[in-house]
Amino acid sequence: MDKEKKKQRLSSIIVDGGKYMTTLSEKYKNRKPYEEDDPKKVKAFIPGIIAEIMTKPGKNVKEGDVLLILEAMKMRNNVVAPCDGKVSKVLVSLGQLVSKGILIVEME
Amino acid sequence: MGLKRKSTDLRKRMRDALKGGGDKAIERQKAIGKLTARERIVALLDPKSFHEYDLFVEHAAKDFDMNKKYLPGDGVITGTGLLSGNPVCIYAQDFTVAGGSLGWMHAKKITKIMDHALKLKVPIIGINDSGGARIQEGVNSLAGYGEIFFRNTLSSGVIPQISVILGPCAGGAVYSPALTDFVFVVDKISKMFITGPEVIKTVLGEEISMEALGGARVHCEITGNAHFYAESEMECFEQIKKLASFIPWNNSQKAKSFPKKSPKTRHYKIENIMPSDPKQPYDVRDVIRSISDDSDFLEVMELFAQNIVIGFARMNGNTVGFVANQPMVLAGVLDVDSSDKAARFIRYCDAFSIPLVTLVDLPGYLPGIDQEHAGVIRHGAKLLYAYSEATVPKITLIMRKAYGGGYIAMCSHHLRADFVFAWPMAEIAVMGPEGAANIIFRKEIMAAEDPEKLRKQKVQEYKDKFANPYVAAAYGYVDAVIEPEETRKMITHALEISGQKSINLPAKKHGVPPF
Repeated sequence: MDKEKKKQRLSSIIVDGGKYMTTLSEKYKNRKPYEEDDPKKVKAFIPGIIAEIMTKPGKNVKEGDVLLILEAMKMRNNVVAPCDGKVSKVLVSLGQLVSKGILIVEME
Repeated sequence: MGLKRKSTDLRKRMRDALKGGGDKAIERQKAIGKLTARERIVALLDPKSFHEYDLFVEHAAKDFDMNKKYLPGDGVITGTGLLSGNPVCIYAQDFTVAGGSLGWMHAKKITKIMDHALKLKVPIIGINDSGGARIQEGVNSLAGYGEIFFRNTLSSGVIPQISVILGPCAGGAVYSPALTDFVFVVDKISKMFITGPEVIKTVLGEEISMEALGGARVHCEITGNAHFYAESEMECFEQIKKLASFIPWNNSQKAKSFPKKSPKTRHYKIENIMPSDPKQPYDVRDVIRSISDDSDFLEVMELFAQNIVIGFARMNGNTVGFVANQPMVLAGVLDVDSSDKAARFIRYCDAFSIPLVTLVDLPGYLPGIDQEHAGVIRHGAKLLYAYSEATVPKITLIMRKAYGGGYIAMCSHHLRADFVFAWPMAEIAVMGPEGAANIIFRKEIMAAEDPEKLRKQKVQEYKDKFANPYVAAAYGYVDAVIEPEETRKMITHALEISGQKSINLPAKKHGVPPF
């Protein structure tokens, strides 16, 4: 058992400037890097199905305009434009299943 | 009808009921490595100690032609028996009968035995193996779950509640185990989730197996819902018996005492465990074994948040709860998961009068955006709350690093540890020397001709002055600086003289912990 432990490859972790030798947990290794929120990127806030698309690339929209309808948990949810601007990309198609957090519309 | 014929009639009725779901259903159960509900009870409890009640309970469903169906025992077996010689109440869902689905009478049987357990002040063991709510019984099955959850909550901290997941446990059903003290799971057999793979597939289009979604390993490693992981049902039962040997039967009793035994010092010797370089890791469980009776340590939640170790051992024959930073994983930092894990364990020990021994060696809290956003503030607060509120004897040993907030959180004197000991190599300081020197001497270092050289020099100065236990000892924050080999002697003595400890917290309905 002791030999097994010694074989374990050690990594280091830095806390308050101190560097400590240790092993890393899977959860720690798999943690997601932070991404800053980009208001021009519209993401699915809930998993569901794209039930209706009311916009298309090149269309000018005002903040609050409904871009599409995301049906989830038996509700039709409006996905609205986060700001005034022009739609540059619609990345989903009608009837598509989307996971939470997936990019659906990009604006410029 | 004469007595004899009445007896024959009874035996026939019993035979019918004891068949459960019948041979075919039993065959299917066995084919996937599962025992039947009755076999499980028999395997877990002492031989011939199980007595069953409510065998003749029938379901109360009227709709969907259910009134024409006979479900033996309504899919759950309840009774009392002995576990290692001590009385317990137990129930086991019978998957062979309507998939162990929970209807109103099924739930009534469970709540009845739960009520018994609470009244009789004995542990309740629930073996879960159920497809979920019996849909034909509609809102009555929901009512059944609610009645169970309510009793789980009332029983919490009064009697030990043990959940054994030996099959599916899905939807609302998962909340009964979640409210209990210890959840046991078995590889490839246990499955727990709120929404199953099918729903996930329809809603999300994502495919995942039951095992990957809510199998035994997932709940032991990732979610922290389960406390003990076994490869087989029999191993699981052995684990339950082992746990039962460490815990008291209710909150007005103490755990059973055993003859005291020395640690196996040939295998576990502190001087061999501790590396000479303070930045190198070691397995803190070996330190626990080096001071525990017979080096026997039962780790709880072994696979979850491994940067903190919790579990039971005995010192001088009496159960203690250990909480220890694990330098071997993530340098033993505190984070969201480890705070959660330790806090709940501390509350368990406090509720059941199990003294706490805390072993400290941590550089602080895990830095990172993910931690901050995951709420390390409110989760970390649980640990402070749990330690502060605990009135059982609290003994703390600072082995190496005790920096910053981590020092406070790991049962310092300020949270009313009864005794705080430190080894000579302990470093008790507001932060690590590197960080502290960088802040205190920032201007000097920046202005220096050779900043790196000065930084190193300042770090060394700080280390020499503060990286020791004596500054804290000078304020009385450490009661005694002790040689590592004296550790067991000092802790057992501290525990012995704390036997009659009594503290009254301010009267209140209850606190508002940062759940």
